[in-house]
Amino acid sequence: MNIHQSATPILIVIVPLITSFVLPILGLWNRRLVFPVALCALSCSFGLALVLARRVLNTGPVQYFMGGWEPPWGIAFHIDHLAALMLLLLTFVTLLVGIYSKKSIVKEVPDQEVPFYSVYLILASGLTGLVSTADMFNLYVFLEITSLSCYALVSLGGGVAVVSAFRYVILGTVGAAFYLLSVGYLYSVTGSLNMADLARLLPSLYESNAVLVGFAFFVIGISLKMALFPMHAWLPGAYSNAPSAVSALIAGTTTKVAAYVLARVMFFVFEPSFSIDTLPVTTVLSWMAAIAMILGSVMAIAQSDLKRMLAYSSIAQIGYIVLGIGLANGMGFTGGILHLVNHAFMKSCLFLVAGAIVYQTGRRDIRSFRNLSSTMPWTTAAFTICAFGMIGLPPTGGFFSKVYLILGAIDGEHWVLVGVILVSSVLALGYLANVIRYMYLPAAENELDEKVEESPQGESNGEPVPLTMLIPMLILASGVILLGLFNGVVISQFIDPAIPIGLPR
Amino acid sequence: MLDFIIGHFNNATYIMLMMIGFYAMTGKTNLVKKLVGMNIFQWSIILFVVSLSAKRGATIPIVFGSHNPGGPAHLDASNYVNPLPHVLMLTAIVVGVATTGVALALLLRIYKKYGTLDENELLKRARSSG
Repeated sequence: MNIHQSATPILIVIVPLITSFVLPILGLWNRRLVFPVALCALSCSFGLALVLARRVLNTGPVQYFMGGWEPPWGIAFHIDHLAALMLLLLTFVTLLVGIYSKKSIVKEVPDQEVPFYSVYLILASGLTGLVSTADMFNLYVFLEITSLSCYALVSLGGGVAVVSAFRYVILGTVGAAFYLLSVGYLYSVTGSLNMADLARLLPSLYESNAVLVGFAFFVIGISLKMALFPMHAWLPGAYSNAPSAVSALIAGTTTKVAAYVLARVMFFVFEPSFSIDTLPVTTVLSWMAAIAMILGSVMAIAQSDLKRMLAYSSIAQIGYIVLGIGLANGMGFTGGILHLVNHAFMKSCLFLVAGAIVYQTGRRDIRSFRNLSSTMPWTTAAFTICAFGMIGLPPTGGFFSKVYLILGAIDGEHWVLVGVILVSSVLALGYLANVIRYMYLPAAENELDEKVEESPQGESNGEPVPLTMLIPMLILASGVILLGLFNGVVISQFIDPAIPIGLPR
Repeated sequence: MLDFIIGHFNNATYIMLMMIGFYAMTGKTNLVKKLVGMNIFQWSIILFVVSLSAKRGATIPIVFGSHNPGGPAHLDASNYVNPLPHVLMLTAIVVGVATTGVALALLLRIYKKYGTLDENELLKRARSSG
């Protein structure tokens, strides 16, 4: 396979990064310029990701060598089909949430636009860098860039958001430290940091203790970053207390990127046979994912705060993605990656809806959502579509990814896991149908319900949701349906060529 | 057993430091102490990776006298320390400093808002203020 050289991969990362440093200076001069410039950088990133994806589809993987140093000495960016898909997804979600944040951030965090967009762009560049890089240590740096900007963004929310952000800092840093330790171990036996080079050197060292320990630390570190049960303690607080645009962004992207890194290292740096047989990580991950799917959904049912409910549901949905990776066969992998894409769309949209409801009515309690469908018809429609996607009703994308996951579980003859997927879907119906029911119920009549409707944030003025917030939600919601209708295209173009060699089909 | 520990002295040290950091992160209720624990945790790993390239009797990877005619014709890699782990850990230290900075900024805001850095007291006050 001939691999092309191109500067497009680095431009996707570097444009938001440079813009983020320009913004504070620009903000001193004219504050109103900050948002358009940030939006320009994000659209530029998205446009470049489109160009790159087209190129990858037509001519195969694209590479870029930093400073012209060839790997294994230099840092390389390597974009294959999977990375191209992730880049498209990440730049698209960051662009849409960026548009949405214009009005919502002014209302939730007044007078902080300049630092907000600065950090937002750093997060965007960190995320894209994380999926592009082919260097283990470079990956660590991007992981920390992403996490640091996440901590800062989460702390912008009101109430106890700062405390949640601090907890996130502690646990996130432990995850990153474990990752660093694993890189150290792998380097100590191979003397290389480049992923392709490691993949070449490692097979003869699979019995080495250092490799086994390094791999175990890697899995734990990344599981902490993506909040896989039982390492999810930081997630509910961070997601539910952050500003709504931030919740939507980090729910849609950061944990997904960690799952991508897990798949990348497990199947592309190590051989699938190592992750399946030598150190049976895939089995452990499948069972942890199964517990996450059940417990996350049960916890979600117990919540009355919409954002907190969505946060617990995220823990369950991460379970689906990890289960797909842990099944370690072609079908399961397809289902996992497809669910990763679908879930990024659905969960971002659901958090955006939660933010829009707070924006217009100031309500966060599910029981206070009565009659919302008559005052906010488009918003509730978007919520309903995404909720159907989460439950897995056809023709939404969630249905097809769950079908592939179930097929993968059947291929591997894991009958218990088939049951877990089905039960978890029913539980998802349990918590989401409850919200939809309240949204479409007629207005409350008795005093008791009126009392609940007191806004917890108390900053609503009944101002209708502006178009800049409505349109991103509707685009994401229609994306959920389009991903379902055209899931064949996504699979045949992006996922099939990316299924790692050596996985049982 | 003792020989094994002495033979893996760097491993034993980093694990001990790591456990001290872990204890501070989980056992202490003061948030600043948690942060200090987090730093010890990170630093233990940095020390470990730096120790990987330590070599008795080796020198920095600069070839002395190579400018002169008649300098060393061939080099023996075992005489030189691998500089890469140091450079990597330099980057990791920078990342660690940035993390500490963010965490301290958060602690400052927590203290301004709630007037305490003790976790139990903080949760009590956060609950009462809503």
